[in-house]
Parts: sequence; structure tokens; C-alpha cells
Amino acid sequence: MEPFKKTTSIVTPLDKVNVDTDQIVPKQFLKLVQKSGFGKFLFFNWRYDENENPKYDFVLNDSKYDNSKILVAGDNFGCGSSREHAVWALQDYGFSVIIAPSFADIFFSNCFKNGILPISLEQSIVEKLQQESEPIEVDLENQTIKTSSDEIHFKIDSHKKKILLEGLDDIAQTYQFEDKISEFEKQSKVPSVL
Amino acid sequence: MGKTLFEKIWDSHVVVGKDNGPSLIYIDRHLVHEVTSPQAFDGLRMNNRQVRRPDLTIATMDHNVPTTDRGLPILDQTSSVQIQTLEKNCQDFGIKLFDINSPNQGIVHVIGPQLGITLPGSTIVCGDSHTSTHGAFGALAFGIGTSEVEHVLASQTLWLEKPKPFEIRVEGKRKNPHAVTAKDIVLSIIKNIGTGGGTGTVIEYRGEGIEDLSMEQRMTICNMSIEAGARAGLIAPDEKTYDYLRGREYTPKNYESLVEYWRENLKSDDDAKFEKQFTLHIDDIAPQVSWGTNPGMTCDVTETVPTPDEFSKGDSNQKKGAEKALDYMDLESGTPIEEIKIDRVFIGSCTNARLEDLIEASKIIKGQKVSPDVRAMVVPGSQMVKKQAEEMGLDKIFIDANFEWREAGCSMCLGMNPDILSPGERCASTSNRNFEGRQGTGGRTHLVSPVMAAAAAINGHFVDVRKMDLS
Repeated sequence: MEPFKKTTSIVTPLDKVNVDTDQIVPKQFLKLVQKSGFGKFLFFNWRYDENENPKYDFVLNDSKYDNSKILVAGDNFGCGSSREHAVWALQDYGFSVIIAPSFADIFFSNCFKNGILPISLEQSIVEKLQQESEPIEVDLENQTIKTSSDEIHFKIDSHKKKILLEGLDDIAQTYQFEDKISEFEKQSKVPSVL
Repeated sequence: MGKTLFEKIWDSHVVVGKDNGPSLIYIDRHLVHEVTSPQAFDGLRMNNRQVRRPDLTIATMDHNVPTTDRGLPILDQTSSVQIQTLEKNCQDFGIKLFDINSPNQGIVHVIGPQLGITLPGSTIVCGDSHTSTHGAFGALAFGIGTSEVEHVLASQTLWLEKPKPFEIRVEGKRKNPHAVTAKDIVLSIIKNIGTGGGTGTVIEYRGEGIEDLSMEQRMTICNMSIEAGARAGLIAPDEKTYDYLRGREYTPKNYESLVEYWRENLKSDDDAKFEKQFTLHIDDIAPQVSWGTNPGMTCDVTETVPTPDEFSKGDSNQKKGAEKALDYMDLESGTPIEEIKIDRVFIGSCTNARLEDLIEASKIIKGQKVSPDVRAMVVPGSQMVKKQAEEMGLDKIFIDANFEWREAGCSMCLGMNPDILSPGERCASTSNRNFEGRQGTGGRTHLVSPVMAAAAAINGHFVDVRKMDLS
């Protein structure tokens, strides 16, 4: 996984609450067997009409935001289906930071497996960031967001921070505990299925 | 201080514990399906890794499969590739697969309990958010993403932050338990606590209203825990739980000694502390119908579609959400729910397509005809449910009433196979999500119980099933 340290860009404001993963990637695009190429399906039903022409009232179709790497959305972002395709689509499209008042649990966890930094901030701060027209800087090492007028501190669990900063392979880490896993299996009361 | 049931299961599965940060948790059962697994198996191949415990891993195909004649080829090429990919992955890595022609094929959350794979006190994961269903058996069961699927395949463990225990008490007795169902209980809970109300928690459902439920009804409750945002939902096992699992195809040989252990250990202590609590009194609750685009946007069948102000109670963001939802659903505030006409009916999904759901719905259908303006289908949750229903003659009741009687799969719950709504179509659905476009781009979903869906099919609009004879 690519490490994430710092990014600077303008923010894409997505003024919606409870954005579910069905909206982030609709089901018709879940049939692919690889991880790449999901960016073109991001928010598909909000981005395109029934003839697949862009809907220009949707924020992603405003060319002003073409190079944005930071999405700022409403409460409970990423709720619903566990599909990691949602994170693959956000990443492939170019987003590396998602800011919202809160995130759904599975989506939140999926972000860290793919080098995306989800940041929870108070509603009032999120609303202010959505109005920000100048580029902002998100610095993971220092846990800060710098805007033209402000410096905001954000919280992150130290283990998750390390994973993103170093781009760690989770499984390789876990293999270091092989002896403990084997030991656990010896005393487990739950029988195998077969 | 005492522990909650969730904490007991958690503590007994910690491989590496840490005071701060995530713990490494052992996984007893891993269920795999075709949509969220191909990239995980690819990851294993790229790194030359094996599946650590194929004997704890079970696969089936459910999301993509057509529900028409199983003898016909799958016309959708990409679906077909995904299904073949699962077959190859299971073969390469030595995983037991219930394929499209297996009598055990079905929705992964329906077959797990039916086959005795789901066990009390165990940890169960699957790359699917409705894994919470298995919590009905007192298991800690939750959905994971594809990277975590790969992690479990490789190590049989997961790094997890410990969620907080959330007690939901369901008190009282329903006056008409055939008309007011487990679906109405869980929709009432979500309506009250909201779609983010359970975020970061594991819900334990308790109280008389839960103890009274059958195992199949308890599964409906736990299934929708994720719609309240919870990591998982569970119910302490009791004799109903142990009876349900006894003698099934994959029930462990030492089952009775396991039951003895579970009886002693699998309950929350009297002095256990929950971080959050909510109580629902069910004596007077009504059948529920969702009107919006998330499961929290739900009201009684006797009510009218709310105004955005009534729904949002002063929260400007929720108000905007409700305005958008009404626009998408093409509904006017103030319209009585019973006057909403429907085009389609879907009885299916891991929420409500078990045998009991079909039996209850068939009581409404018997001797009736589906309204001429409505197309209705039943998609049993598994091939075994289908067979049992056919042995009882339920298929005849549905077919005589002009319902389509299909093969098992997820079907129109998420519309990955050809069973979808056309733009603008309105559906009474026994599934779990009424998100925009969920059942087909532009489709409009109303979540209801199986009896409410059946009654809507006959009448062409929603009706209060409490007025009908359901004995």
C-alpha cells in the first residue's frame, strides 16, 4: 500500500448526510474481479443521467474540483453495504482524504487498508471547511489541517496513523504473531466446520 | 464488575490484547461469497500466501446468481465470470463451496444457521454487512471489507478496535404477533435511534419481546443491526437456540457438551455495564412502512408521509435529507401510507426469506390474486427453504395467486442479477435497504414485513394487516 503523509488541494464539498456505499458505487459495478478502475463509477447515479450524460448540478461535474484530493461530506458517511469497492472508487478517482462529522464503521476501517485518511471533525468545522475556496493542507504526521485562515487539529488512533504513514502490509504484521495464533488454536473450544 | 455477553465472546477470542489500539481477534467461521472475495484471493496469490484454515471457511454464490431456471446458462458475462472465479478460487485454495447446483446453495446468512455452521459464542465474519444476522444465535458476527477478507483467509484473525456494548430492551407483548412482526420491531428501533444510532457499538437485544421470538424472527432483528450503524447485534442463546441447531448437517459431533458450556457461560452478567441503552415497548406498535431513502425514514402504516420538518425535528441537515428523499420517492407529505400504490412486490432477502416468512405471507395470499397492476415475486432465501416450502405446498399458493416463484439468491434486495426495478417503479419489499437505486436505478423501495408485502400485493397499495384474519 502507498504511504500517506500529507496532501494539499481544494476541497470538494458534498453537502449530503447518510451517504451510503450504494451511492458511492452502485451495485451494477460490483461484478469486476480486480481492484482497479472503479473511479469512473464513483457516485455514478448522481454524476450521470439515464443516458450517461453528466449532470452538471452535481459537484463532481464542476471542473473547478477536477484536481481535488479532499472530499468533505455530511454525517454518517459510508453507511450501508460493506463493499470496499466504495473506497477503491474514491481512491481511483483521486481522493486521499475524506472529512465528515462521522463515518460508518466498516467504511472507516476499509479506508485504512487503501491509504485513504478519514477524518472526523465537529459538524460546525466540517460546514466551515465546505465553504473553503482556497486549497487546504492535511498533514498526518502533525495531525493538522491548515486553511487560509485557520489551523485545525484532528485525532487519529496511533496504530492507524502508523499504518498510513508507513503504508504497512497488515498481513505481514500479523504473521509476526504466528506462535500466538497457533497457541490460541490449540485451546479453542470451537470445532471446525467440516 | 460483570461482563456483557459481547465482552465475554470478545475476551475469549483475543489472541493479542492491547490496552490502547486494536486487538488481534481469532475468527471461528469465515463465510465467503462471489462479490467481495475475488480481489482477496488475488492478494493471496500475489504474495504467495495460503488459506490458513480452509476447514473454518465456507463459500457459496448468492449476490449475482439468476433466480430463474438453474439449468440455463448465465447470460450476464460479468456475473458469469465472477461466479466462475469463485469456483476456481475455492478449488485452488481447498475451500468447501456450495455452488449454484448444490441443494445447500442460498443466501450466505440463511444457509449458515440452516446448516449448523453458525454456533453460539463463536466469532463469524463475511464480506457482507448483513453478517450481523448470525448474532441471533449468540455469536459475535459482523461484516468486513475485502482487505479484511484477505486478512482472515491468510491468518484466521483480524485487528479490531473493541466496540462498545449497547443494550436494547424490547419490552411487552404484541397484541397480534402475526400482523406485527420482528421486522416491525426492528424498523421501530431504527426509526427511534437513527441510522447512525448504533455506530461503534455491538447491540445486545434483550427483554420479553425478544425472548418471545422464534429463531427465524430473531435473525430478522439481528440482520438489520447494521441499518442502525451497529458493528453487530446479538441475542443471548436459550433453549430455542440450542433446539434449532441440534441435528443439522454441520452441527458439531460434540454438540451436547458444547450446549452445556454455553448454558453456563453465554449470558450477560446481572451487574454488566452497557455504555448505551434504549427501550422499545411493543404492546401497541403498528406495522411499519418506510417512506424515504434510508431505513430510519419509517412510519406506522396508519400514519401519513411526514413533512421534512416533522421528520428532522430541527436538524437542518436531516431536513435537507428528507426533502431529497421525498423528491426521489415522488411522495407528498400528508399522503396516507395506505393510499400509496405499488407496482412491484419482492418477498426475499437475508432479512425475510426464511420458511416462517413464507408461511406467514402465504396465509394472506391463499385463495387471493395479486392485483392486476402489480408484479410480485417470491425468492426463497435458500434452496433448502424453497424445497421445504414446496413440500408444504406454499409454492402452489403463491403461483395460484400469480406470484413468481424463484430459485434462491439475494436477487432484488440489491439487484445485481437481472431482478431489478425499472426507473420510477415502486416496490413493497421485505429486504433491508431503501437506498436510492438499490433495487434498480430510479426504483423506489418501501421496506415492510412479509405479511405487509403480501397484503400490498393483493390490494395494489399498503394496508394495515391488523385488519385481516391471520390466525
